[in-house]
Amino acid sequence: MSSPAAMPAESEPERPHGEAGVSRWEDAVLAAALMSVDPVGTGGVALRSLAGPVRDQWLTIMRDLQPPGTPMRRIPLHVSDGRLLGGLDLAATLSAGRPVAERGLLVEANGGIVELAMAERIGAGTAARLTMAFDSGEVVLERDGLAMRSPARFAVVALDEGVGDDEGLLNALLDRLAFHQDLTLIRVHEAVACDYDADEILAARALLPAIDVSDAQIEALCSTALALGIPSLRASIFAARAACAAAALDGRTEVTDEDLAVAGRLVLAPRATMLPPMEQPPDEPPPPEPEEPDQEQDKGEDQQEPKELEDQVLEAAKAAIPADLLAQLQLGKLRRSRARATGKAGAVQNAPLRGRPAGVLRGEPRAGLRLNVVETLRAAAPWQRLRREEVARFGGESNRIEIRQDDFRITRFKHRSETTTIFVVDASGSSALHRLAEAKGAVELLLADCYVRRDRVALVAFRGQFAEVLLPPTRSLVRAKRSLASLPGGGGTPLASGIDLGMMLADSVKRRGGTPILIIMTDGRANVARDGTGGRARANEDALSAARLVRSVEITSLVIDTSPRPQQQGRDLAVEMGARYLPLPHADATSLSHAVRAAG
Amino acid sequence: MPIPFPFSAVVAQEEMKRSLLIAAIDPSIGGVLVFGDRGTGKSTAIRGLAALLPKMRAVDCVYNCDPEAGDDALCAECRTKRAKAPLKSRMVPVPVVDLPLGATEDRVIGALDLERALTKGEKAFEPGLLARAHRGFLYIDEVNLLEDHLVDSLLDVAASGENLVEREGLSIRHPARFVLVGSGNPEEGELRPQLQDRFGLSVEVKTPQDLPTRMKVVRLRDEFERDPPAFVQKWKRQDGKVRSQIQKARDFLPTVEVPDATLEQAGRLCIKLGTDGLRGELTLIRAARAFAALKGDDMVLDAHLVQVAASALRHRLRRDPLDESGSTSRVQRAVGELFGE
Repeated sequence: MSSPAAMPAESEPERPHGEAGVSRWEDAVLAAALMSVDPVGTGGVALRSLAGPVRDQWLTIMRDLQPPGTPMRRIPLHVSDGRLLGGLDLAATLSAGRPVAERGLLVEANGGIVELAMAERIGAGTAARLTMAFDSGEVVLERDGLAMRSPARFAVVALDEGVGDDEGLLNALLDRLAFHQDLTLIRVHEAVACDYDADEILAARALLPAIDVSDAQIEALCSTALALGIPSLRASIFAARAACAAAALDGRTEVTDEDLAVAGRLVLAPRATMLPPMEQPPDEPPPPEPEEPDQEQDKGEDQQEPKELEDQVLEAAKAAIPADLLAQLQLGKLRRSRARATGKAGAVQNAPLRGRPAGVLRGEPRAGLRLNVVETLRAAAPWQRLRREEVARFGGESNRIEIRQDDFRITRFKHRSETTTIFVVDASGSSALHRLAEAKGAVELLLADCYVRRDRVALVAFRGQFAEVLLPPTRSLVRAKRSLASLPGGGGTPLASGIDLGMMLADSVKRRGGTPILIIMTDGRANVARDGTGGRARANEDALSAARLVRSVEITSLVIDTSPRPQQQGRDLAVEMGARYLPLPHADATSLSHAVRAAG
Repeated sequence: MPIPFPFSAVVAQEEMKRSLLIAAIDPSIGGVLVFGDRGTGKSTAIRGLAALLPKMRAVDCVYNCDPEAGDDALCAECRTKRAKAPLKSRMVPVPVVDLPLGATEDRVIGALDLERALTKGEKAFEPGLLARAHRGFLYIDEVNLLEDHLVDSLLDVAASGENLVEREGLSIRHPARFVLVGSGNPEEGELRPQLQDRFGLSVEVKTPQDLPTRMKVVRLRDEFERDPPAFVQKWKRQDGKVRSQIQKARDFLPTVEVPDATLEQAGRLCIKLGTDGLRGELTLIRAARAFAALKGDDMVLDAHLVQVAASALRHRLRRDPLDESGSTSRVQRAVGELFGE
């Protein structure tokens, strides 16, 4: 987790943090230096900041710190597999008349730095390819008739332009970068030049192999990580590497307490998920401690040092934890899984490019159709000797691959339209509480059904004055269930808002090429109008007009009447919506899921 | 190729290590799925195990055919050759093939050899990863992120033990029996139930939360990063012990007895858990037998069943996505009730 989102403008201007009042900027620069000293050992930096002069300054410093000849590569958001990992070099293949491989960006960056642009929007697939090379130190390529292994050891600078809590780096990526720095709060005038230079980095690198951390120091780092509630072990490993790098940067071969403090501040603090208790609260059980009690005793007597050390590292880490973290921790907002949103909007425009590749077709690459180079070459291959002879007959000479229009192959994409079931649940007071419980039960059953079919589900609830999206489309049933369980009941019935919101969701699913199904669960007794004001008549009118809108955009829908006895209102609503109507008393699990299936 | 971290130096994660050893002892178990937290040494353990496996006897052909195998488990070329004379063979390392993300279908199942086609105009088959993995391991990291169409080809081959290629005018069939090892993090996406079911054993790994273990991990990792060759040298004896343990267990495996009483208990456990089909029961017995062989016991007892029950069964329970107690605890509960533990 990078430092929590902070609102730029209104926060206090310069907040010195760390024991000696080290500024955020100094720490950010220090992270760049430490990463440069040990790129592979520390993995790199997650840099949270919008594009701007401060980030530019940091990047300039980081680049200047790299010894001459260090490869630097920038990876754009929608990099293709071929470019990232390597593949067939088309131009070279055509001119050489035999397959020629092209190196990918990751291989080119071997021994250097990779900059990830807009890293908060990177897809899970690209991230996985990256982390795989990261973990194994090489790129294993099995593409386009090529099989290669090439070394790829590099550090990553992930430029996270996420805003707010929901946007940020994928955890898989974040976990593998030692330093998490947030430049959001830094003003331009603070971003001064840096004291280190590339020569110092080289000197530090030379020193690095001689530096060792003691057991006591490792213990201090590990227990600090535990005290801060950091689950991943990589954090502790990184902290040890960072402490060594800090010592090397300072020209020492001994790791000192200050180095540990730096590691605590730069590596551990940003990952904290809880603040260590000042003293153990009496009614809470202590954190699980599998050690034998006497072992504990031993430690207290023999090794006074680690305990003190731990306190120091912890202090340093705590000092670096921004004040608003505590508030966020208490709100339980931190560490919740983030809704992922990759920029898919571009891809959606061209229908033939969507879906999964499903074989190739003979055909011409026209607008929107993508030439499959490798398959085209394969198609041309058997004819090469004949065609060369033919060219020779007409006096020409050719060592190039002779490609005819006939050889062109285009990738065919099979578009599997994904179903997204959107539940719009009435949680108002009129849906008496036990009915809400039943509705929840019914939704749960439907959820299980969706799970089997690997559909996505989304949840909209309406109560009080307005409707809200409880859960954007997801495949995680656990999340769906959780948000459903925490749905409170009571308040007015803004049915129109609920239908509107459900329809908006459905519409966006549709625009992304999916198939939405809208399921409205209500007793139909609307009493809050679209604008949030009360009044049964207006509310009802609004609801019916919202329903008509659903019908006009032709979204498959289902109205499940949750009133104790089936009501005319529910039936009317279904009619206006062009929806199937199912009263809940008869809508037992089986018929419900049948109905949904039939609707889909 | 980077030096892998020694298997024997992987701290904790006993269930994962045990499951990998079991799959190495009896490949018919059908592979291991390792799912869980980041940074728990999933890939590390798998790569480490690959590095220490005992060598195997193989014919010098692209498929590493087993010279002792029956005709139907040989490739076409070896079959023809053997009809004339006994096959020549040699000791080779067990193949451990990575199926990297971003792999294209032609590399996975095999395709027309582009090089030969372009330069010589010959129509030749270039075997893919499935051919290379024959008799060895096919390792898929981030298996849950694998593209659907690759998963489809994989499922088919894993089930039938042979790869059938029909493309670009080629029609080729070759043996492809391998131990599937997959790892992944469930947070990044769920695994298709069909694929999950293909794995014999499944392991859930969690980050150790006790200080001494964590310190040990950090210490060893740090030492390794500092000087990988020296570190590997230091652990060579330990790794060697594991290797001979595997070899012994493999030799011993056919003699391990499974008494009726144990079979009955295994059946009871599966009925109690309501696992689908017989695959769970079969895997449970096989895993328990391989585990007994690993420990040098000549008879499979309840204790062996208890040890492997969770790995063999947890991913075969009829999944109730809304049950938060998790399948591991369901298995443990049933084991507790049945074996009184």
